Amino acid sequence: MAKRIEAVNDFVVKFANVNGSGSASANELFAKSFLRMGIPVSPRNIFPSNIQGLPTWYEVRVTERGWLGRRGGVDLMVAMNPQTWDQDIAEVEPGGYVFYDDTRPLPASKFRPDVNVIGMPLTEICNTNYVDARERQLFKNIIYVGALAALLGIEPEVVAELIGEQYKGKEKLLMPNVKAFHMGFDYARERLKDALGLKVQRSEAVGDSIFIDGNAAAALGCVYGGATVCAWYPITPSSSLAEAFQRYCSRLRIDESGRNNYAIVQAEDELASIGMVIGAGWNGARAFTATSGPGVSLMTEFIGMAYFAEIPATIINVQRGGPSTGMPTRTQQSDVLACAYASHGDTKHVLLFPEDPKECFEFAAQALDLADRLQTPVFVMTDLDIGMNQRLCKPLEWDDARSYDRGKVMTRDELEAGKDFGRYLDVDGDGIPFRTLPGTHPKRGAYFTRGTTKDRYARYSEAGPDYVDNMRRLQKKFETAKSMVPKPLLDASARPARFGAIYYGSTSPAMHEALEALATTGISINALRVRAFPFQDEIADFVASHSKVFVIEQNRDAQLKTLLVNDAGINPANLISVLHYDGTPITARFITNEISQIVRTLNVRPIKKDKAA
Amino acid sequence: MTYLTKPKLHHPSLHKNKVGYTRRDYEGAVSTLCAGCGHDSISAAIIQAAWELDIEPHRVAKLSGIGCSSKTPTYFLGNSHGFNTVHGRMPSVLTGANLANRDLIYLGVSGDGDSASIGLGQFAHAMRRGVNMLYILENNGVYGLTKGQFSATADAGSKSKRGAVNTDTAIDTVSLALLMGATFVARSFSGDKQQLVPLIKAAIAHDGAAFIDVISPCVAFNNHPGSTKSYDYVREHNEAVNRLDFWPSREAITVDYQEGGVIEVPQHDGSILKLRKLEADYDPSNKINAITHIATAAAEGEFLTGLLYLDPNAEDLHAHFKTSAMPLNQLGVKELCPGSEMLDKINASLR
Repeated sequence: MAKRIEAVNDFVVKFANVNGSGSASANELFAKSFLRMGIPVSPRNIFPSNIQGLPTWYEVRVTERGWLGRRGGVDLMVAMNPQTWDQDIAEVEPGGYVFYDDTRPLPASKFRPDVNVIGMPLTEICNTNYVDARERQLFKNIIYVGALAALLGIEPEVVAELIGEQYKGKEKLLMPNVKAFHMGFDYARERLKDALGLKVQRSEAVGDSIFIDGNAAAALGCVYGGATVCAWYPITPSSSLAEAFQRYCSRLRIDESGRNNYAIVQAEDELASIGMVIGAGWNGARAFTATSGPGVSLMTEFIGMAYFAEIPATIINVQRGGPSTGMPTRTQQSDVLACAYASHGDTKHVLLFPEDPKECFEFAAQALDLADRLQTPVFVMTDLDIGMNQRLCKPLEWDDARSYDRGKVMTRDELEAGKDFGRYLDVDGDGIPFRTLPGTHPKRGAYFTRGTTKDRYARYSEAGPDYVDNMRRLQKKFETAKSMVPKPLLDASARPARFGAIYYGSTSPAMHEALEALATTGISINALRVRAFPFQDEIADFVASHSKVFVIEQNRDAQLKTLLVNDAGINPANLISVLHYDGTPITARFITNEISQIVRTLNVRPIKKDKAA
Repeated sequence: MTYLTKPKLHHPSLHKNKVGYTRRDYEGAVSTLCAGCGHDSISAAIIQAAWELDIEPHRVAKLSGIGCSSKTPTYFLGNSHGFNTVHGRMPSVLTGANLANRDLIYLGVSGDGDSASIGLGQFAHAMRRGVNMLYILENNGVYGLTKGQFSATADAGSKSKRGAVNTDTAIDTVSLALLMGATFVARSFSGDKQQLVPLIKAAIAHDGAAFIDVISPCVAFNNHPGSTKSYDYVREHNEAVNRLDFWPSREAITVDYQEGGVIEVPQHDGSILKLRKLEADYDPSNKINAITHIATAAAEGEFLTGLLYLDPNAEDLHAHFKTSAMPLNQLGVKELCPGSEMLDKINASLR
């Protein structure tokens, strides 16, 4: 008999399913039932670039402590896909459990001696109760959710309530789902008593947190931030962002006459989508696009033009695994350099790095302000892990006193009063010139926007001094941006620390957990979460005040590190990369192991627990 | 270019239009194109049409791509905002600009390289979306700025200045525009101002995607014997299907035409197009008929000019999108931001 993992409110359940089998909504129901019991949960979809037939997984981390990163390892595998059986069984922790459909017996060789087996004849139950093939499939999912609820101790009332919400207005579907749930629940309660050492109990740990995916949150940020034009081209993992924008706008952006205070174009490609965003931005509407790496590659010429001609544009890059088509349904932070320097010629772009859906909301709205203020493209660098997974986060907030920063737009009255208008004239010493919108004044303020070199009054010029003057001003403008973008956040170690760590974006939850784990082994680290490019001076100061700084990233080439060396003048000898790039979200275990090993090889062993590493 | 200045003094007796501008107020900087370039005649036609239509110059946004044609917006409507975008991508930028402010008039200027080669996709999609614009394609069948390479509208068999013969099939932009759903399609010739000016006026008044392909010979690289886009060749093979007159409103119709020879087409905005038929069986409201005629003429080595197709009931992208009457770029936080109370509700629905 294998030993049994015993845990309360702290374990990982993974569902191995077949894509297109209807498992997604059942699995989501499972995840949400913990939240309703006040227990934090962090689910992740691990899905293929496929609609039907290929393997797909859904991993649910139940975590009283609120660790929302991926933990690594599986305590309970719900093995519903024969195709992936062997790899699924291999992933289970020793003493863990496998729940499977034992309608047809499997040979003993298919199991592991150190893994506990829970069998339930799901197919047989479905075949007995349902005639229709599709129903058999769909209800099988709800039946196993019922069984798991009984095994884990999830309150059936909570699940019934969730089913009620899901099928509100579709009463025909409601009762059969509740019935299927109870079918599984009752079976497991009677026949699988004490088969599972993992249990849940009510908690208060969720508090007022909300459960939302980053793409929906970013879309809401665009609604609140005043975006009126969205042009996009479908690409995983960003499509659901534009679709969420459409959904929210159709509810929140209808005027009194029933007309739309927004326009959304599904363009023919990413060249067109960014072109539309730039056209709208040029003409004074707040516009954005949502895309992913291959889209950014296509947009690059236009992005350089918007930089050089100084046109606001907000680009939300939901990063996926690259290069090329890469891993379309896997996560990475591998577009940092491609976005920071997008385009031929000398260009630099503002990047924002949200850590979770709440920051997706905030940074999307802020990006629209920054794009107008700085008259330049602004990237929100989210990724698949944040974008396509529902994540527990603090409630979204909006200050009603906040207005939109439309930046320096010269008005008709100012032009009429004879104010000097030079489109590329640095009147305030911050590198940011005034612009005018088309149609403003009959005689003044019109100018020609172009990607070619020009002088301060927007007149075509290939004169070297004019070119240099303009490029220097653009550099100054980028310097100005430092004071406007979100500042890095310091997570100071409780004890004195020689080591520092820099991380960003979706690495955040795994990093928090790793920091605590490292601290318990005596390795104290001050951590700085970088939230934007250009880099503020605090970042270089942080590196300077530590003997070594780990830079944790989800790409192969240490892209943020390159950017730190290149643009913040940091000595690369002081930086040690910790890189995770297999397409799965980085885990606390990975970070902890990597850093522990490096610290060991650096011969800095903590002699006593109370002594800082 | 801008170092060349035009005399600012206007003759005091210059005639003013209804909005108080003389024709010269619609001019731009001095052209830097080659002397005799067809494109300059098109610029002059645009100036004439805008003046005659009593458009305030600053209410026009003129956008272009890259190439000789795309330089021309500098040479007309100097008080309009202009945007020289990237090669082949004017249609998308114009689409975005149009969405931002539905109240301006959008003029897209492009060339055959810009629209039929690198920008074929964007051209087609702007037509099918029904972006309210006048899309003028200044078609000379050649890359001028890079010195004489064939473009995608060069006819098979046409000879380059260096003597090379084009073997690729030409893209016929008017047929393409028709197939893609443009609701106003015309072809003209830069050397025929009488035909071109009313077409431009009617296209501007048209509430949808209006496309005019203007054959505009390149004097430097495509005006030699053996070219099918030279002045001589175009004059010889141009077959006009109709003559267009444009009236801004119903009341203004004063000219009499002979019975039976004229088709009146009322437009959405109350203006009227009067078409004097030159070809007896040419009906510009019939798309299939138009496509057939264009193809038949092309097979005979001729090209039809005039208003080739018009859908008087056209709708534009804003109509499809049901966008607010107020231009989107004028909406503020009050209209756009749902506020914290709504956000609290949204938060509550996410628990």
